[in-house]
Amino acid sequence: MNPADYEYLSNFLLQRSGLSLGAGKEYLLEARLIPLAQSLGFSDIHELVNCLRLGKDKRIEFAVTEAMTTNETSFFRDKKPFDEITSLLKEIIEARSSIKRLRIWCAAASTGQEPYSLTMHLYDQFPFLTSWMFEIVGTDISEKALETARNGIYTQFEVQRGLPVQKLMSCFDHVENGWKIKERLQKPIKYKQLNLLEDFMHLGQFDLILCRNVLIYFRNETKADIVNRFRKQIAGDGFLLLGAAETMLGVSDEFERLREFNSALYRPAVKEAAKK
Amino acid sequence: MKKILLVDDSRAVRLVGTRMAREIGLEPLEAENGQKALDVCRETLDIDVILLDWNMPIMDGLTFLKKLREEDREKQPVVVMCTTENDMPRIIEAMSAGANEYIMKPFTTDIVREKLIETGVI
Ligand SMILES: [Mg+2]
Repeated sequence: MNPADYEYLSNFLLQRSGLSLGAGKEYLLEARLIPLAQSLGFSDIHELVNCLRLGKDKRIEFAVTEAMTTNETSFFRDKKPFDEITSLLKEIIEARSSIKRLRIWCAAASTGQEPYSLTMHLYDQFPFLTSWMFEIVGTDISEKALETARNGIYTQFEVQRGLPVQKLMSCFDHVENGWKIKERLQKPIKYKQLNLLEDFMHLGQFDLILCRNVLIYFRNETKADIVNRFRKQIAGDGFLLLGAAETMLGVSDEFERLREFNSALYRPAVKEAAKK
Repeated sequence: MKKILLVDDSRAVRLVGTRMAREIGLEPLEAENGQKALDVCRETLDIDVILLDWNMPIMDGLTFLKKLREEDREKQPVVVMCTTENDMPRIIEAMSAGANEYIMKPFTTDIVREKLIETGVI
């Protein structure tokens, strides 16, 4: 890929979706855009970029953004966080036992594996949640990914990644075109298209926000802005889960890391002023 | 090193399985049908895990599994079915016959590795 095309694509993605590639991510662009370019009938990325430069085809702008922002995902991705979340949620659920209300936000829901892993896991651990006002909001920038999430149908290959066969047997039905998540596990989840760069106050307040492996693509100031807005929508005793390799260090002091856990779990920070 | 017994009538599948096993750090043994597998299990008492095909001549995987589970042995290996049979009733049948996990072919090293972690083999 030539440097001018790389720079153009970096800027394009930054403007469109806040995705900050930085230098040396040619492999990432090529891995995702070469197949796209070919499927659109271009001979290479250069032709695709030339078409973007003309700025006439919204469909192609959309497709490039989609291809770059859709997350690779699997059920129970990194098992550990689900166990650690459970022990933290146990306390919150006890605290909410009279209002019987629990709200979770998957801020990078992608094709739905994370929200479904949550309903599978939480209904298992806390079966009484079926009678609670229990809601999971799944958002993603990619409408295409959300369409898969809403359908809840996965290929044979996808249901083997991270999913024990016992869960496959109890949580899915074998349908003509794959494996479909059972309706009871879909019921608490609402999917909405959302760009994290835009306002999300309307989503309301949450007990837990999961935002794994998304912030890594943003510049520090964008990261800080998003995280600080998360803070406004997390309950005082709620918490935030980031991806295993992500950190809030040097980004925001609105959250403090829960050191007793291996996963990147954060709690709203208690500020000095509030301590006095 | 833990031992894995690869049971499949396809030589190609056993070859792929052997390569995967070495990659994961397991010592591979092979059998081309259920009867041969039973023989290997009677000779080698410390097999940790069996990757088991369903459709094979002479003795199929499910028959082998039932016979194995009836055997009085100190160590019952973990059994992971690995088959093109991908219907829910078949999965349930194998699990109730004593399988521990289930892989639907085609499979990748990552899937095998995850299933071995899931079942506590590695
Ligand atoms: Mg066969």
